[in-house]
Amino acid sequence: MSKTVKEEIFIEKKVIGKNVEKYDGLPLAVGNPLFTDDIFLPNMLYGKFLLSPYPHAEIVEIDESEALKIPGVKLILSYKNTPRIPHTTAGQGYPEPSPYDHFMFDKKVRYVGDRVCAVCAESIEIAEEAISKIKVTYKELPYVLDPEEAMKGEVIIHDEEETTGIYDKKRNIISHVELNIGDFEKDFSKSYYKIEKEFFITQPVQHTPIETHIAITYFDEYGNLVVRTSTQVPFHIRRILSRILEFPMNKIRVIKPRVGGGFGVKQEMVLEDVCALMTIRTKRPVRIEYTRKEEFIASRLRHPSKIWISLGADKSGKLNAIQMKVLLNNGGYGTHGPTVLFNSGSKTLPLYNKAESVSFIGDAVYTNLPVSGAFRGYGATNGYFALESAMDDLAELIGIDPIELRKINHIKEGETSPVFEKLGEGREGVVQYIESSALSECIDLGKKIIEWERWRGKRVRNGSFVRGVGMAIMMQGSGIPLIDMASARVKLNDDGTFHLFVGATDIGTGSDTVLAQILAEEIGVSYDKVKVYSSDTDFTPFDTGAYASSTTYVSGGAVQKAGKLIKEKILEYAAKILEEYPEDLKIEDDFVISQLTQKRISLREIGEKSFYSFEQEQIEVTASFVSPKSPPPFAAHFVLIDVDLETGKIIPIKYVAINDIGTVVHPNLAKGQVIGSIVQGLGYALTEELIYSNRGVPLNPNFLDYKVLTALDIPEIIVKFIETYEPTGPFGLKSVAEININGPAPAIRNAFLDATGIKLNSLPFTPEKVFKVINKIKIEVKKNLHN
Amino acid sequence: MLVKFILNGEDVAFDAYPGETLFELLRRNHHTEVKGNNCKTGECGACTVLIDGEPVPSCTYLAGKINGKNVITVKGIGDYDNPNIIQKIFVEEGAIQCGYCIPGIIISVKNLLDKVSNPTEEDIKIALSSHICRCTGYVQQIDATKKLIEIMKGEKK
Repeated sequence: MSKTVKEEIFIEKKVIGKNVEKYDGLPLAVGNPLFTDDIFLPNMLYGKFLLSPYPHAEIVEIDESEALKIPGVKLILSYKNTPRIPHTTAGQGYPEPSPYDHFMFDKKVRYVGDRVCAVCAESIEIAEEAISKIKVTYKELPYVLDPEEAMKGEVIIHDEEETTGIYDKKRNIISHVELNIGDFEKDFSKSYYKIEKEFFITQPVQHTPIETHIAITYFDEYGNLVVRTSTQVPFHIRRILSRILEFPMNKIRVIKPRVGGGFGVKQEMVLEDVCALMTIRTKRPVRIEYTRKEEFIASRLRHPSKIWISLGADKSGKLNAIQMKVLLNNGGYGTHGPTVLFNSGSKTLPLYNKAESVSFIGDAVYTNLPVSGAFRGYGATNGYFALESAMDDLAELIGIDPIELRKINHIKEGETSPVFEKLGEGREGVVQYIESSALSECIDLGKKIIEWERWRGKRVRNGSFVRGVGMAIMMQGSGIPLIDMASARVKLNDDGTFHLFVGATDIGTGSDTVLAQILAEEIGVSYDKVKVYSSDTDFTPFDTGAYASSTTYVSGGAVQKAGKLIKEKILEYAAKILEEYPEDLKIEDDFVISQLTQKRISLREIGEKSFYSFEQEQIEVTASFVSPKSPPPFAAHFVLIDVDLETGKIIPIKYVAINDIGTVVHPNLAKGQVIGSIVQGLGYALTEELIYSNRGVPLNPNFLDYKVLTALDIPEIIVKFIETYEPTGPFGLKSVAEININGPAPAIRNAFLDATGIKLNSLPFTPEKVFKVINKIKIEVKKNLHN
Repeated sequence: MLVKFILNGEDVAFDAYPGETLFELLRRNHHTEVKGNNCKTGECGACTVLIDGEPVPSCTYLAGKINGKNVITVKGIGDYDNPNIIQKIFVEEGAIQCGYCIPGIIISVKNLLDKVSNPTEEDIKIALSSHICRCTGYVQQIDATKKLIEIMKGEKK
């Protein structure tokens, strides 16, 4: 990194780094009608799905006659009367890396919760009654729930001819990846210390956004199909809808109101197609919303996975060889499978770039379970659980402090990893060097705050409780390089304020606020001079959407570019009025000021003149941004836990997360992203699991039986940022959204190892599971504890 | 059946359908400040309102029982032009992300501050624990509530 770039850190910033008022904060706090559900449309119809009770079955007949007799039933959609166009429900850039294996409705169901048909009726009660009156005759088919079983190919889940993009249909393999850098076998065999094929299991978890999926569709007065939906990807929804409904794209308008949480599950089209088709067929507004149960079983999940890790190190602890084998259970459809699979390696393996040999082998596999898709962390979460746990086991084997082992091996500023180039998202990646990293400093600070030396290896007892401390480090990315594109349009108004139009999708993260800060900073005006409009496909420019930790970095890049452009335009315009050269002018505190003559003109005057009296034009610009790289943020996590040896309960006492996310744009919002991610990760580590019967029936699809953490369950959480300057990011920033969900599972696992000497390699660490393990080797534990 | 009750200080009379919940009745009458259509089992807490001064998830309360009672939604606590200090501090402290759970949480925090003198951190956590917030991780909400307690102490002095 050049010095000049580093110096930019010290340029005084006026808006960036400040806790400005969140754009939608007060409107949300007073309950204004901001969400999809909050606008009431007259004459609205309601849609409801009939979901499959079988994990795998052929639909022999759907008898709708009784249902259609119910007054108020308008329409029943099934494979019999809907277009059969293969597509993926994944909201990804075109052409999507996910296979086209999904139809609006099919003759076959592939998991408990799969769509059979849908009723459109005058009220939700009528729709529900009609659903209960539809008689479906199924021919049950053999089913398979385990990915290793599925790969034997005895049951074929996608045998239809029209699918494309599936790696091996006969063995149910959606996507397969093999990456070989160096000679793993050779380097591994010559390693002094070896962790060989250590096995890890992760469970299916659900995002549980508090607002479930909901869509409302209607025709506007010009015959445009309007889709008001709780989505992370409005532009992808528009594109997919147009193709599968065979409806002109420019007659579809997708509006994203406030979204009640996404975390990846709304990077997916689960309702919009059927809702929109109901509107097309009935010419009336239609609303479909998932119940909580439907959200659990028929939206998307985090992939359950099996991971094998081998690590080889020399005498000093330097890694020679890393191998990761990943098997993802994708459920009935392949959505996001290839990319999540690639990411489980591409976002984790570059972290330990000292190894000469890296081997990554993975498969994403169909089974007859509910479908896995995008979930915050996107494969890296599973990967880090395995990798960071195995690193502690290696440290134990070598007999060095796990912090030391990581410090010897982790990637540092100025360095690269061949993995960056070889492994992207469902395809090859790009070469990139780390231009900003404070990971070492993050580790040091976290170690101090958690009081590592005080707790590590001490196994402090208090009654039935034993204390342990553990840690993990991680990196993520910022957007998808050379794929994610965002754009921003800015116009100057006649009162000297600005309107910012972005396709970027604020799903509660605060991106509208942060993007307004970036624009205000770039132009040189205060935050309250910028008003943001986002995510309306008819009125805002294109943006790939809210995923892959991209919004602040990629969309922010577009906003900064637009800010630069409009600043230039304003200065050129002002130069003519002031009779000066543009290069002598600057914008400061809502005025254009000449640095030569001190002549000045307010932005309000410029706006007014441009509208009414002088070289009249709308001063306006549009800019787009694509990043050639995806600079990773870094984090070090530390956790102090108590294990209750009598009940098996793991109680996190204190959690410390130190982040390098480049420049911090809005400290409060950034902190919120970190804590929210950690608490979701703690749920993943400790309590959350969607449990199935041996027939693939989800057994706990509600908030009583599926335990999401509440305020009573959280430890003390300490969050700190060590700021760096990422030269490719606007004002030096990187991403923050996803990285912190990857830490809790391995950090707690490693703290448990510290406390008990026991390796827990299967998530989640419920008291029941922990108790069984402790009980099995109780004698050994007791012996250890008294040492 | 016709139900008459006090809603945010005003006498109202609505026609309640058989089996309808208070949540459904309120939303059908355009009280969209009450959020949370999806859970309907009282588990997420988003639809919480005060009924005769007690926080209740309105999705589990039959509308027919509301006759003569006093109901306060988040709009009764403060609106955009005239926000309550709880709403202001929640915004300031970064305690709101997607905001879907927030109207319900504000009701519970209001109830806590009204009823418990000098609440402890445990009291705050218990008050928040009837709500699921999937975005914030609760810490900033706990901190905002602590700040409110400090402000109230200052006002009393």
